[in-house]
This record gives sequence, structure tokens and C-alpha cells, in this order.
Amino acid sequence: MTIFSRLPIALAALSLAACSDNGGAPVPTGQNGVTGAGSTFVYPILSKWSADYAEGGGDRVNYQSIGSGGGIAQIKAGTVDFGASDKPLPPAELAQAGLGQFPLVIGGVVPVVNIAGIKPGQLRFTGPLLADIYLGKVKSWSDPAIARLNPGVSLPAKPITVVHRSDGSGTTFNWVHYLSQISPAWQARVGEGTSVQWPVGVGGKGNEGVAAYVNQIPNSLGYVEYAYVIQNRMTFGQVQNAAGRFVAPSAASFQAAASHADWAHAQDFHLVMTNAPGEDAYPITATTFVMMYKASKNPQRSAAALKFFRWALSKGQAEATALDYVPLPPDLAKQVDAYLTSTIK
Amino acid sequence: MDASVITQPDAPAFRPRRAHAATRGDRAFRWLTAGAAWLVLFVLVAAAASMAWGGRLAFRTFGWDFITGSDWDAVGQRFGALVPIYGTLVSSAIAMLIAVPISLGIAIFLAEVAPRWIRGPIGLAVELLAAIPSIIYGMWGLFVFAPFMANHIEPWLTERLGPLPILGPLFSGPPIGIGMLTAGIILGIMTIPFISSVMRDVFQAVPPALRESAFALGATPWEVVRKVTIPHTRSAVIGAIFLGFGRALGETMAVTFVLGNAHDFSVSLLMPGNSIAAAIANEFTEADSAIYLSALIALGFLLFVVTFIVLAIAKLMLVRVERKAR
Repeated sequence: MTIFSRLPIALAALSLAACSDNGGAPVPTGQNGVTGAGSTFVYPILSKWSADYAEGGGDRVNYQSIGSGGGIAQIKAGTVDFGASDKPLPPAELAQAGLGQFPLVIGGVVPVVNIAGIKPGQLRFTGPLLADIYLGKVKSWSDPAIARLNPGVSLPAKPITVVHRSDGSGTTFNWVHYLSQISPAWQARVGEGTSVQWPVGVGGKGNEGVAAYVNQIPNSLGYVEYAYVIQNRMTFGQVQNAAGRFVAPSAASFQAAASHADWAHAQDFHLVMTNAPGEDAYPITATTFVMMYKASKNPQRSAAALKFFRWALSKGQAEATALDYVPLPPDLAKQVDAYLTSTIK
Repeated sequence: MDASVITQPDAPAFRPRRAHAATRGDRAFRWLTAGAAWLVLFVLVAAAASMAWGGRLAFRTFGWDFITGSDWDAVGQRFGALVPIYGTLVSSAIAMLIAVPISLGIAIFLAEVAPRWIRGPIGLAVELLAAIPSIIYGMWGLFVFAPFMANHIEPWLTERLGPLPILGPLFSGPPIGIGMLTAGIILGIMTIPFISSVMRDVFQAVPPALRESAFALGATPWEVVRKVTIPHTRSAVIGAIFLGFGRALGETMAVTFVLGNAHDFSVSLLMPGNSIAAAIANEFTEADSAIYLSALIALGFLLFVVTFIVLAIAKLMLVRVERKAR
């Protein structure tokens, strides 16, 4: 038997798979089925919400986690009822497309390391130091710039292997947005975006890819979403915030950042929370935003989506906490509710 | 055979009609097969054309810089494909260095040396390698093989080969286990079944009379392989190698896992790099500007061109080998 004689079997398997696609779970194409696409970060919580919401008699919500950029493209093309992105769209761009935008859940981007003998939360970083490491200026763990922040911590004289995302992502956007704000050198050389030209390092695909690389490579430094830190028990570092304090990533420090951010004056909630003021605020706090048409072509489905998000913002918050997401602070949740009533109908 | 023709030789009206029907059937048959062949050509040209069309914005904007440039900056919107092209060729070349000798060994063993009872199981095991999905190779590479490379192979390579004058720069850098060499080795393992099963089939197709006469003249098994089997099957062996090479060039998932996906140019094989297929798989979902998307599609077109050039070189080599053999 040669490899070619297996082709018919493979074809048969393919066609079987195609059949089971059609015969599987009903695709929500009915009047009240809601479809959305975008950020991979919110996929776990959206699918949990969707299941619970449907169980409670609500409409089915079908969410495709194709990435933030894809979500923006799909909602602009009008192929979905809502898009989700970790990067907010500026009000002008929203107005041009006739879209409204509101925050859904909060998370944080966390520096993680793999150094023998270092415990979670032990290492301290400042924004400029993180920028210098990611620029390739600080090359070794024994660099004086690191030692100065971490007196009494014994660090190896080994090169730092920098790990970043290889795919474009909202996580990267929040990370480099923070580095750009805090380091003029980073702003000038690399800038910000969902994918950038990294001066040094290896690229992992997705949060799980970066987490795997950091766990595999000794003396490495990477950045991942907070949920991955908790689920993989990774060694996170503290980061100095705008008030000068070193803060560990946690639900409380993310919420502190969210409540100190000036949401009331941000049109269409266009606000990236990095480097937020406040004593306890974690400096690289991120938000996932939902985009919907203000005047939908399909008002019935749009109304169903709104009903779902109202439910998620009130009843669904306990589940968000259980899955290591951080709910919106109550004030912000109220603002979102008012925005939904006034702007997206 | 047509019995009626033999038993009824005096039925002349019958034969032209049958002949007529046969030619009509022949014509339909010819059209069908030609259609199938042309369809492949059409699909090929259409795929290349649509990728060239999709990438026209990148080609127009950057010109030749798109091929010779090593920038890949989505923020500054400057794109050059040199690093992925280099990574694709180098990782596939490493794969061939590993896969060709091993495949040759497997094929010769299975066709010439092995006792009959062992051929079935080993042949099956090699073909099972081809049935493993590439993502499994990728995950095995990342979680099992990369740490092994980082802890055992790469420190040894750096220590022994690092100080050498010409080879040295190829094996320097921190042992992180992820990079061009690891990707090349994984690709090599993945292409072995493709190359070796074709080679084995052609070795087994060598007419027994040829081999038996060589043995009768007192040739050893080694001499039979070297002087009869391989010369007789030369073009098919080269074909098998390039089948594997073509596969290695386009492999995506396994490479993405262990290549490191870094758009910087590095001579060292231990450092991370990028390949065309991996870059497309990584970046397509979040390509958020028209020029970025166009650059990725143009990258796909370049993969097409690179593969085409490699196969054309293979064809040329084949022609030269055939001519020399005469």
C-alpha cells in the first residue's frame, strides 16, 4: 500500500465530517439567534454565558472567536450582530460605520517569568525596564537596572529570552500601548498596534503559545492574559503603577484601575486603561469592548443581543469571576446600561 | 475477449457498429481524462492568479523590496519577505539532510535486505508516521522535543561546533530549544514516510531478472543496490525526494509551534526564525490594514513561486541525470 491509496479513505472521512457538521447542533439562523465574532479573550465567558442564557429560556448566542481584528472586520461588513475587540475603536471610526461601543469585561496583561527559585509576585518591574528588556537593551537578568528594583533577590547571570505573541492580538495591543505610554524609546522605535515589529525574542501563537514557551525556556520573560497566569500557575511579576507603587495583578487591582479611569468623559467608552491613576491600580489593565450597530438592519436580532448583554452585565457577573474575569465596577456597569438605552436601540 | 467475434466470423453488419460505439466511447473517455488534467492546470493557474491579484497592493507598494527587504512592521506598514523565504528554504533543507539518508536506508532495507516477515510491520509503521496530523507533531515538538534539544543537543552543539571557524556561527546562541534546527528536524521526521514509501515501491518494482543476474555474477547485496537498483530507479528516487521537499516547504502547523516565529534574520540555526506558511497562519486573523492583508497574500504567492522554482530545478536535474545515464 502506498500513501496515495489512503486518499479515498481520507476523502471519505472528510465527507463524514461534513455530514456530522450538518447533523450536529442546530446553527442559530432563526429570527432570534444572535451571532457575534471577535476577541479570543472573551470566548470562554461568552460561551458560558450563552449556554446559561439559553438554559434560562433566552436566545442562543453563537460566538466565533476569530480575533479582535476579525471581529471588527465582520461587524463592519454586517455579517454578525455584534463584534468584540480588545482594542476600542475611536469615536470617529465608529460614527462613520454607524456603530456603538461598550466595555464588557475586564482583564489584565501580566509579565510572567521562568527563573529557578523565583516565586510568583517576587520580581518587580517598572514600565521603562520592561520596555528596555523588550527593546533588547537590557539583556541579562543580572543587569543593574533589574537588581536595583529587586534588592535581596538572587538572579542568574543568564541572558533573558524574550517571548511575545506571534499572531496579532488585543493582548499585544494593551501590552505595547502601555510600553509606548511609559517609554519614549519604545514609542519611537516600535510603536503600538495589534502586531508590531519586535526587536528581540521568540513568538508564541496565542496566550497558550506564549505560556508554553515561557514554561519551556529557562530564564524567559513573556506576557499573557491574567486568566492564563491563574490557570497555569505561572510566575508573575509586580509592575509599578502611575502612583509609584508596585502592584500585583489581581481582580482587586484591575477593578481599582477600572474605577479610577475616567469613563464618564470617554465618548463611546473609547479608553485604554493602561497606566491608570490610583494607588492600587494595576497599570496594564485591559478591557474587551463590544461593537453593535446603532440602527441595525435587523432590529429584532439586535434587540435580542442587547437583552443578552443586559443579562450578562447583571446576572452573569458571578460566572465571570468564576472564570477569572473581572466584572465591570458597578458605576461603570450603570454607565453602560444607560448607554445601551440611549444609543443602541 | 470478445467471444462473439470469434464464433460468428460471418456477421459483418455487427462489427462496424461495435467499432463505431467503441470510438465514441474512446472519444468520451479521452475528453473526460483530458478534462480532469486540464482542470488541475486551471485550478493551479487560478490559485496563483488570485493570490497575485490579492497581493498586488503589496507588490505595487514595495516592488522588489518586498522580496529583498527584511522589515516586517505592521505599525509602520513596511513589509519584506526575506526572513520568511529564508526560513522556509533553510528549515526544508535541514529536513532533507535528515530525511533523505534515513528514507533511503528504510527503503533499501525494506526492499532488499529485510526478511519477508518483518517488511509488513515496519512498512506499516513508516506509513503510520504519515497518518499523524501535523498539529500532533507540533505539540510533541514543543512539549517533548524542544526541551530535549535545549537541555541536551543544543548545549553540546554550541560547545563542540560553536568555536569552529565556518560552522561556528550556525550553532551559536542561547539553547532555547526552539528555532530553525528543531523545526528542520521535525520536518525531516514528517517527510520520511512520504519519501521512503515511494522509494520502497520503486525499488520493489525493479525487474527481478536484473537483480538476479547481478547476484548470479557474484555481486554482494551492497553492489546490487549501488549498481543495479539505484541506477535503474534514479529518476523516481529524485522524484520522491522532491515530493518530500515540496511537502516540507508548505508545512505549516508543526513548524509554527517550534520555529519561534520571529521576523529577525539570524545566521544561527539555534535562533528562532519564521517561514512563509507559519507567518500566514499566525498573522492572517489579525491583519487589520489593507496593505498588511495584501502582504500576507503576496507571501502566499511567493510560497507558490518558491515551490515552483524548486520543482523546476528538480525537473532540470532529472533531465540531466537521464541524459548522463544514456
